[in-house]
Amino acid sequence: MDQAIDIEGAVKRYGTVTALHGVSLSIADNEFFTLLGPSGCGKTTLLRMIAGFEDITAGEIRLFGQNIARLEPNQRPVNTVFQQYALFPHMTVIENVGFGLKMKGFDATQRKARAGQMLEMVHLSDYADRRPSQLSGGQQQRVALARALAPEPKVLLLDEPLSALDLKLRQAMRVELKQLQEDTGITFIFVTHDQEEALTMSDRIAVMSSGRVQQIGTARDIYETPVNRFVADFIGETNLLEVTVSKADGDTAEVILPGGHHLICPAAGARLGQQHLSIRPERLRLAHGAGQLSATVQRVVYLGTDLHVMLVLEGGTQLVARLQNSRQLSAPEAGAHVFLDLDDGAARLLAD
Amino acid sequence: MAFPLLLPTWAMIGIFLLLPVILMAIYSFLTKEFRGGVVWEFSLAAYDQFFVNRGLFGDEPATLEWTYIGIFWRSIWQAIVATTICLLIGFPTAWFIATRAPTTRGVWLFLITIPYWVNLLIRTVSLKFLIRDNGPLNEFLMGLGVIDSPLPLVNTNLAVQLGLFYSYLPFMVLPIYAAVERYDFAYSEAAADLYASRWVIMREIIMPIVKPGIIAGCILVFVPSLGAFLAPDLLGGAKTFMIGSLIEEQFRGSLGNWPFGAAVSMILMSLVLMALLFYARSMAREGTR
Repeated sequence: MDQAIDIEGAVKRYGTVTALHGVSLSIADNEFFTLLGPSGCGKTTLLRMIAGFEDITAGEIRLFGQNIARLEPNQRPVNTVFQQYALFPHMTVIENVGFGLKMKGFDATQRKARAGQMLEMVHLSDYADRRPSQLSGGQQQRVALARALAPEPKVLLLDEPLSALDLKLRQAMRVELKQLQEDTGITFIFVTHDQEEALTMSDRIAVMSSGRVQQIGTARDIYETPVNRFVADFIGETNLLEVTVSKADGDTAEVILPGGHHLICPAAGARLGQQHLSIRPERLRLAHGAGQLSATVQRVVYLGTDLHVMLVLEGGTQLVARLQNSRQLSAPEAGAHVFLDLDDGAARLLAD
Repeated sequence: MAFPLLLPTWAMIGIFLLLPVILMAIYSFLTKEFRGGVVWEFSLAAYDQFFVNRGLFGDEPATLEWTYIGIFWRSIWQAIVATTICLLIGFPTAWFIATRAPTTRGVWLFLITIPYWVNLLIRTVSLKFLIRDNGPLNEFLMGLGVIDSPLPLVNTNLAVQLGLFYSYLPFMVLPIYAAVERYDFAYSEAAADLYASRWVIMREIIMPIVKPGIIAGCILVFVPSLGAFLAPDLLGGAKTFMIGSLIEEQFRGSLGNWPFGAAVSMILMSLVLMALLFYARSMAREGTR
């Protein structure tokens, strides 16, 4: 079985600037795949390349085995939901949704039936004869979705489609998008800079930075086992410590923190000498009596569901712990001396 | 009571727009004075002269007068051709400018408007000089050996067309430029994404969206072309007599006929207004569709 999308060594150069440095990735059929990264990381360039709006400097893009890298956009069986929707202002909603069908040669009756069906799917049947300008942002977004899905593309490309919506609507649309993807069985490639969006919807995520794919994996993979400093830092909150690896044998490694504390952590990616260590704030616990680390509480921030505890280890290293706010928790006070324990595997060594 | 802020505007419109038109309308219903001017006495003679033919001595049965309708028809036709040529050349020009980098657009627009810093009369005369029998154009073509004898360009319809085109091209370019510059090329991408070819994108997406600019350009070229008298007078000859020249003749020297000139102007203005009204109605209908 061919992959829905196979990208091999995709390079994009604008003059002397390289936007993509040989990106390779495979996306399975019926997958919700997200390209995640900060602005300028090349995620949108990659998406536009799949759509055909940017030509490829070098490399290959295969869609179910067929090389599409040099086809015109109108010859590629993929459709796009644009960031600003790009709904045709001179057409009604139903004409917008039917446009792709018209281009594919469906007659007026078929178009009307299928476009009507699509509008029903996005709950906009009552708005068929409106103009896009008469709709709210959320409604326009649904029309853009319906328009892109109507011609039954093999792959749907979504370019930050939720970024123009307000928070409430954005959160509702995440669930709806995922549902839509499961219902239609179409492969979605979703571009976003919002990690929460990526984590909630995606089957797999490719984290990108400066024109390269840093890591590909499920939400759990990239959150819990980030391969490098960029991923650990970009996804969620983390404590990044500069440590010295003193011993690495078998499954575990011993590291020395700046203050002289010793910690045992999984050996994955360890090499002797200076390295970075990532500890997720929610993986730190207050210990009763003695613990792995001793620290002084600097400040406690109340966040409702959580307490944000800022700590200083002996030796001056700063740490943040996120403690779940429960009735059992006796909140530490600023200035107090506490011991900390780490969950198993909470500390991870990073390859840069 | 507060000072009516719109008063200056209304005063301007009243003095410079309404008053002359009203005056013209009144004059068209007065009796002509023989050395120019009018006698303040109501008369329909001007309109009668325009529409009704009673023979050379005014004693034959009234029939429809075709002379002036013919001139109107020729002028309208001439204006339509000039507008079409301006559109065919102006649209690609405007497109070209609007799709340059923002920093160089200003330069191109500046270049387009430079010739218009020179008086229209002088420009038209220069054009005549350029295309006359022993002018630079003919000498150049003969020098190349393309032609043996000079092309007789002056005093032809072609020369008048050239003059109108040259006079009014920027009025076509500028509104279209403004429309294309506002056009969001994401629409073109969206259409291409939905399987539309370049040609279909032009016809079904770009054209309808920039249409207001095209129509504005056409009106701005068509209306002055219809009433133009410099280009037809200087570049054309007796065979290319136009409305503008007809009106101008009525007010010149002692041979003119003011009421008749006013009547011709009123008829021309009514035609233009009707055309605009028709356009506005059709646009309004489209907007509510």
